[in-house]
Amino acid sequence: MLQLFKFKGGVKPATNKVQSVTLPIATAPIPSRLAVPLHQSIGGTPRPLVTIGDKVLKGQKIGEADGWISAAVHAPTSGTVIEVGLYPAAHPSGLTAAAVVIEPDGEDRWIDRQPVNYAELKPEAVRELLREAGVVGLGGAVFPTHGKLTASKTVPMEEMVINGAECEPYITCDDLLMRERAEEVVRGAGIFRDLLRPKKVLIGIEDNKPEAVAAMTAAVKALGDAFKEFEVIAVPTRYPAGGAKQLIRVLTGKEVPASKRSTDLGVQCFNVATAYTAWRAIAHGEPVISRLVTVTGNVSEPRNWEVLIGTPMDELLRIGQPKPDTDGIIMGGPMMGFLVPDHAAPVVKATNCLIAHSPTLFPPKPPEMPCIRCGECARACPHELQPFEMYWFSRAKNFGKTQEYAIFDCIECGCCSYVCPSHIPLVQYFRFSKSEIWAREREKQAAEGAKNRFEFKQLREEREKSEKAEKLAKAAAAQAAKKAAEAAAAAAAPAEAQSAAGEVAPAPNATVDAEKEAKRATIEAAMARAKALREAAQPKNVDHLPAAVEKEIADIDARHARILGATDTPPPDAEKNS
Amino acid sequence: MEFNTSPYLLKEASVQRVMLKVLLALVPGIAAYVWLFGPAILIHLALTTVAALLGEAVMLKVRGRPLDLFLGDLSAVVTAWLIALAFPPLAPWWLTVTATLFAIVVAKQLYGGLGQNPFNPAMIAYAVSIVSFPAIMSQWPGTGGDFSSQLQVIFGLAPRVDGLTSATPLDALKTALMLAGDSHSATVAGIRANPEIFGLVGGHGWEWIAIAYLAGGLWLIQQRVITWHMPTAFVAGLTLIAAPLWLWHPDTYASPLFHLLSGGAMLGAFFIVTDPVTGATTPRGKLIFAAGIGLLTYLIRVFGGYPDGVAFAVLLFNISVPLIDMYTQPPVFGMKDQ
Repeated sequence: MLQLFKFKGGVKPATNKVQSVTLPIATAPIPSRLAVPLHQSIGGTPRPLVTIGDKVLKGQKIGEADGWISAAVHAPTSGTVIEVGLYPAAHPSGLTAAAVVIEPDGEDRWIDRQPVNYAELKPEAVRELLREAGVVGLGGAVFPTHGKLTASKTVPMEEMVINGAECEPYITCDDLLMRERAEEVVRGAGIFRDLLRPKKVLIGIEDNKPEAVAAMTAAVKALGDAFKEFEVIAVPTRYPAGGAKQLIRVLTGKEVPASKRSTDLGVQCFNVATAYTAWRAIAHGEPVISRLVTVTGNVSEPRNWEVLIGTPMDELLRIGQPKPDTDGIIMGGPMMGFLVPDHAAPVVKATNCLIAHSPTLFPPKPPEMPCIRCGECARACPHELQPFEMYWFSRAKNFGKTQEYAIFDCIECGCCSYVCPSHIPLVQYFRFSKSEIWAREREKQAAEGAKNRFEFKQLREEREKSEKAEKLAKAAAAQAAKKAAEAAAAAAAPAEAQSAAGEVAPAPNATVDAEKEAKRATIEAAMARAKALREAAQPKNVDHLPAAVEKEIADIDARHARILGATDTPPPDAEKNS
Repeated sequence: MEFNTSPYLLKEASVQRVMLKVLLALVPGIAAYVWLFGPAILIHLALTTVAALLGEAVMLKVRGRPLDLFLGDLSAVVTAWLIALAFPPLAPWWLTVTATLFAIVVAKQLYGGLGQNPFNPAMIAYAVSIVSFPAIMSQWPGTGGDFSSQLQVIFGLAPRVDGLTSATPLDALKTALMLAGDSHSATVAGIRANPEIFGLVGGHGWEWIAIAYLAGGLWLIQQRVITWHMPTAFVAGLTLIAAPLWLWHPDTYASPLFHLLSGGAMLGAFFIVTDPVTGATTPRGKLIFAAGIGLLTYLIRVFGGYPDGVAFAVLLFNISVPLIDMYTQPPVFGMKDQ
C-alpha cells in the first residue's frame, strides 16, 4: 500500500453528494438551440470556420485552434448555423463571448469518425489529434491537454496522477463517470501514460466514493499487465483534496510551487473526465462535444446528465425540475463556483455542475465583521498563505504587499472564507487584488508599447532625415566631381588659350572632393555592414521552427495568456477537480 | 438576488461564538474566586460589564456603527471580565468603572473598534490604574470575606481596614525579601511559611483560581478558540528564567511553579496573551511573542517595582507584533526548501 501524505489546512463541509448519485447517467435531450462558445480553453481563441446558414454535422470542427496552446471546438449535433457572434458567456462577469449558434436538425448525424490506433502514431501526432479533438482539462481549468503531455527534458517522469478526487460538495459527475465508464477512463489514462512514460500512475479518489474506487480498481485489474503500473488509491475526504497540487501532495509527497510546472518535479496530473474524453477522441474519433454535468441543489430530480456543449443552462436545469423557490444557478461547486448572471449562458467544457440556488439551501451571508486576526483562515489555507494579511493589504489596495504575501499562490478554493468567524468574503478580496494587479500590468505593458512605438518612430524619422541628407550630399558630390572633371578636361585642352590664373582653381577643389568621396564611401560601407549585422540578428522566419522551439514559444504564449487571462483562470497545471 | 460570490457555504462560526466561549472558559476561575474570596468579584464583573457595554454603545453611536451587531459580538464583555479579574476585588467601584471606560473608549474604539486596537484594552486599563492609583491597586483581600462588608468597601461605605485587605503573595514575597535586604535574614521558604498568604505552591487560595483558569484555558484549546503555542510558550518563557535562578539561589528566588500559579500568570497565559487582535499570528511568532511576555513578566515581577508584570510585558510585546509577524512568515506551499 502506498504511503499517503497530508496537505496542511483544508475544510470539511457537508458533501451533499448522495442526492445526485442514486440515478445513473442519462443523456440530456438535444435543446432547441446550441450556443457553442469558441473560447473554451486556456490559450488562443479558436477562429470560426463556419458562417450563418452553413449546415454542420455532429462533431464537425467549427473553430480552428489558434496557436499551440488552444483547442478546436466542434458542432455538438447536426444542424444549421444561425448565428456567429457574441452570446452570454458562462462567466461571473456576465459579459458576452464569441459563439457559434446552431439550430439542431434533430437528426444528430455524425461526421465520418476516424478511430486511430495511437500506438502506430508518433507522440506529436497524438498530441495534435487531441488538440484537434478539443480535449481540455475537464476538472475546471480547461487547459489544453496536449500541452501537458510533454515530459520535462531534464527531470524523469516519476508519477502521473489521475484526479478522481472530486472534493467539492454537490458535484458527482466524476464519481458517476468512474462508476459507469471506468474502463474508458483507465484506457484514456493509458494514452497519457504512453506519451509521458511515468514510472507510476496513481488514480486518487476521495474515500467517500467507495463505488468509484471499486469500479476503477476492477477496471485496472481487468485490463491486465499493460496497466500494471496503475494503482487506484482512496484518499481522505478533505476539501480541497481534489486540487491538482493537493492531490499530488497527498499521493507523492511533492509540493509543486506556484512558480514551477509539475513536470519539473517529475509529476503530471489529469482529471478522470479528461482521460475519458481523450480515449473517446483517439479510439472512437469523437471530439469533445458533450460532458457529464451534475444537476443538483434545489431540484426535484438531482442526477448526472450527458449534456451537449452549448446547451443553455436554464434549459438543462429545467430537466432537473427546479423547485419554485429557486432563485439562481451556480455553475461549479458551492466552494469555487459562481452564480451565473445570465441563465441562457451555455454549458461549456468547464461546466461540471449546475446547482439550483435557493435561500434555504444557501442562506444569505451574515454581515461582514472586522477581522480579529484569529488566524482561522491561515490554518485552513491549503497553500499555507496568510489570508488575513492579504486581506489587510487588499483592503488598503497595497498590491505590492499582497504579492509579497504570495497572493498569486492563492487557488481561490474558498477555505478561508468558509471558516472566517467575521464572515469576510476573503476570496473576493483576493480576486479583486489579482484583477487589479493584472489590469495595472496590462496598462504598464500598453504604456511601454506606446513608448517603444514612439521611440521607434523618432528613430525612423531621424534615420530618414540623415538618409535624405546623405543622398543630397551624394548628389552634390557627384555634381562637384562632374564639374571638376569638366574643369580638368578644360584645363587639359592647351589649344584653348586660357591665360587667366584663376581658371585652374577647380583642380585643387576636385582633389578635396575626391577625398571626401572616399571618406564617405568608407562610412557607407561601415553602415551597410552594421545594417547587415542587425538584420542577421533579427528572427527571420518563425514558420519553420523545430517543434521544441515552437513548443517553447507556445509555452511563453500560454504564460502570457495566463497573466493576461480572466480573473478565474487558474495556472495551467492547476487542473482543479472541483 | 444580492451580489453574492463563492464560497456559498459558510461554517457555523462567528465572533460572538468565539467571545462566548472565552467567557465560558472564565467561569471556573470566577467560581473559584467567589468560593475563596467572597462575592466581591461578582460586583465588579457586573460593574465592568455594564460600563463596557455603555461605553461601547456610546462610541458606536458616535462612530455611526450598527449597535446591535457590535454590542452583540461580546468582545466588550470579554474586556470587562478580564478587567474585573485582573483588578483587586476590593477596588472602589469608580476605579474599575473608569478603567473599563478608558479601555473601551480610548484603547479600543478610538483606535477603530473591534480588531483595530494594537494594545490589549484590559491591560491598558490595568497599566493606567496601577500608575495612577498604586496604593489601591496593591490592596487585595484575604480569603473569606462576606458579601455585605465587601459591598460596603467597594462602594466606599466602610473604611478600607487593614484586616480586610492584604498584599498579594507576589508582593508580600518581594517586600519581605526587600526588607531583609542583604542580611539574608529572610528566605523564600521562611516567608512562604505564612499560611495566611501562601498556599501549597502559590498564594493561599490564589493557586486554586490559577488552576481553574488553566482548566478553562485547556478547554479553549480543545475548542480551537486558541492554539497551544502561546500558553505553552508563556509558561516556557517564565520557567526558563525562573528555574535557573531558583536552582541557583532558592532562598532568594521562588520556584517556577510558585510564579506560574501566582498573580496573573495563568489568566495571562490563556486569556490575555492569547488575545488574537493584539497578539502575533504566525506559529513561530506566537512562540516568540508569548515566551517574551513570560520572560518579561518575571523580570518585572522580581526586579521591577510593580506587584505583577503581566500587563506591562503584554503591552510591550503588543507593540512588537508587526515586527515579529513580519520576520516569522511561514513558507508557503512548495517553498519550504527555499
